[in-house]
Amino acid sequence: MKTLLIAEHDNHTLSAHTAKALTAATKLGAVDILVLGQDCEAVAQQAATLAGVSTVLLADDAGLANQLAEPCAEVILSLASEYQGIVAAATTTGKNTLPRVAAKLDVMQVSDVIEVLDESTFKRPIYAGNAIQTVRCNEPIKVITVRTANFEAAGTGASAPVSAVSVNLSAALSEHVEDTLSVSERPELATANIIISGGRALGSKEQFQQVILPVADKLGAAVGASRAAVDAGYAPNDWQVGQTGKIVSPQLYIACGISGAIQHLAGMKDSKVIVAINTDEDAPIFQVADYGLVADLFEVLPELEQQLGS
Amino acid sequence: MKVLVAVKRVVDYNVKVRVKNDGSGVDLTNVKMSINPFDEIAVEEAVRLKEAGKVDEVVLVSIGSAKSEETLRTGLAMGADRGILVNTDDLAVEPLAVAKILQKVTEKEQPSLVILGKQAIDDDCNQTGQMLSALMNWPQGTFASEVALDDTQVTVTREVDGGLQTVKLSLPAVVTTDLRLNEPRFASLPNIMKAKKKPVDKLTPAELGLGEGDIKPRLEIVQTQEPAKRQAGIKVVTVAELVDKLKNEAGVL
Ligand SMILES: Cc1cc2nc3c(=O)[nH]c(=O)nc-3n(C[C@H](O)[C@H](O)[C@H](O)COP(=O)(O)OP(=O)(O)OC[C@H]3O[C@@H](n4cnc5c(N)ncnc54)[C@H](O)[C@@H]3O)c2cc1C
Ligand SMILES: Nc1ncnc2c1ncn2[C@@H]1O[C@H](COP(=O)(O)O)[C@@H](O)[C@H]1O
Repeated sequence: MKTLLIAEHDNHTLSAHTAKALTAATKLGAVDILVLGQDCEAVAQQAATLAGVSTVLLADDAGLANQLAEPCAEVILSLASEYQGIVAAATTTGKNTLPRVAAKLDVMQVSDVIEVLDESTFKRPIYAGNAIQTVRCNEPIKVITVRTANFEAAGTGASAPVSAVSVNLSAALSEHVEDTLSVSERPELATANIIISGGRALGSKEQFQQVILPVADKLGAAVGASRAAVDAGYAPNDWQVGQTGKIVSPQLYIACGISGAIQHLAGMKDSKVIVAINTDEDAPIFQVADYGLVADLFEVLPELEQQLGS
Repeated sequence: MKVLVAVKRVVDYNVKVRVKNDGSGVDLTNVKMSINPFDEIAVEEAVRLKEAGKVDEVVLVSIGSAKSEETLRTGLAMGADRGILVNTDDLAVEPLAVAKILQKVTEKEQPSLVILGKQAIDDDCNQTGQMLSALMNWPQGTFASEVALDDTQVTVTREVDGGLQTVKLSLPAVVTTDLRLNEPRFASLPNIMKAKKKPVDKLTPAELGLGEGDIKPRLEIVQTQEPAKRQAGIKVVTVAELVDKLKNEAGVL
């Protein structure tokens, strides 16, 4: 079975998602990686080093600069007849594009795969992770998105050939206006080793920044948030962890002033070690926490920051 | 201008579903059902567009058993004008099948804009809107946190992993909602009463020109299991104890 893996990148750097999705894709057979973008030759070179890749296909075109779903799907479809599998990371880019490809191929997509049992059988969470479904996909071409938090990254050191794909896009259906991307020196949420998250208890954007960020910096951690904190404007939308936000599985997850609703747990309960700091000893978050501290976060977080410094 | 909104009847988001012992699925007997939260946001957005004078008619469509009429009534009570129930009885309809049914309804109704939720909180698929958009060959604006509509185009601000992205789509187009798009209203009692009298058309896939082969499930569900349970851990009393445990017991610092 030959599989096409769609690379996750920003035209400059290959995201860590791709090496993880590759581990899932190799379980389906030989893998080619497709890089869709503009002036993204460097990304193709990085993808070529991933262990287990046969060929890197580079689709470099002005119409792909922002990786909008419509043109990306068009290019993938132009290559699809060569493959029995099409895989992407379940990022907002992968989720945006792949169902378009599946619909045009008249196949059902399998979303958010957490385990590949064999080339047509997959496990995926449903109901906010309260149940795990095993599904068999008998479609002639498997279109799947992968929850990268559940897969180890493939190694590097290979040097696969890079070959250019000719791109002939039809008239654009949509137009990119602008990106307002968060700039941060901190690690990326989806791939961070340590995450500290804040909830509604933080009370304001200023307090979120004063209390959570110094600890994050000491730990070299990424920062997350509950939906309540994002809705209230204490934290930006791309920090939301949960069923409908980001799915994370760091070595250490510290939940501060988060009650532990199922939708939040869905995003972080696969973390290796969970710490919960909450004033309510009955908060559901303690049911999944390895270490619980029943305390006021405004008192203990500054203390934690100090103790980490020593 | 007409807007079509897809609404799904799902388990209420407060319910923690239980997996059946025999692995055949989740137990939905006597479980509270509600409109999918993202679809509630979709209805709210459409109704606000109508209130702003940009839209003349808001039509809701739900696909499922006869009980999905309740879901349509919920949306009608929020201010939508009429509903369409596509009755698939107890057949499980996957996103691809839903997209095909919505394609037929869209061709019939000719809306300028179709709004769906980004994700149904039961199957968590996050596919249907993108699929409908592909089948119609329309532009898509998924995971919307802001929608600005004018006569010929819609500007959509999207919640993406890196932050926000704004795209401009020529109409007709498909939009899917994210959590921050709006805060849905509570329907007032008089509006709930009024909604009972609003028209709801009942159709079958066959009446829309779809055969059994078009909508039968493609994925075979082998089994449904409980997720791995996490052991509850211990309580620590001081920050010093926590740091010590993280360093020396868990080895994560
Ligand atoms: C469709 C849908 C999708 C959703 N998706 C997500 C999602 O992806 N991610 C997500 O997180 N949520 C999601 N939610 C929301 C979820 O249901 C909860 O509402 C949300 O997670 C609650 O956030 P919270 O824990 O910050 O707030 P709350 O539930 O209000 O909890 C605040 C906690 O802070 C504690 N506290 C108060 N003061 C202090 C203090 N000084 N020190 C320490 N602790 C304190 C309280 O005891 C309480 O436990 C979704 C909901 C819906 C309907
Ligand atoms: N049976 C259905 N009836 C009406 N709308 C649906 C149905 N299934 C899915 N949808 C729409 O498609 C969106 C995404 O669903 P999904 O792709 O299943 O996560 C939902 O938020 C609804 O707007």
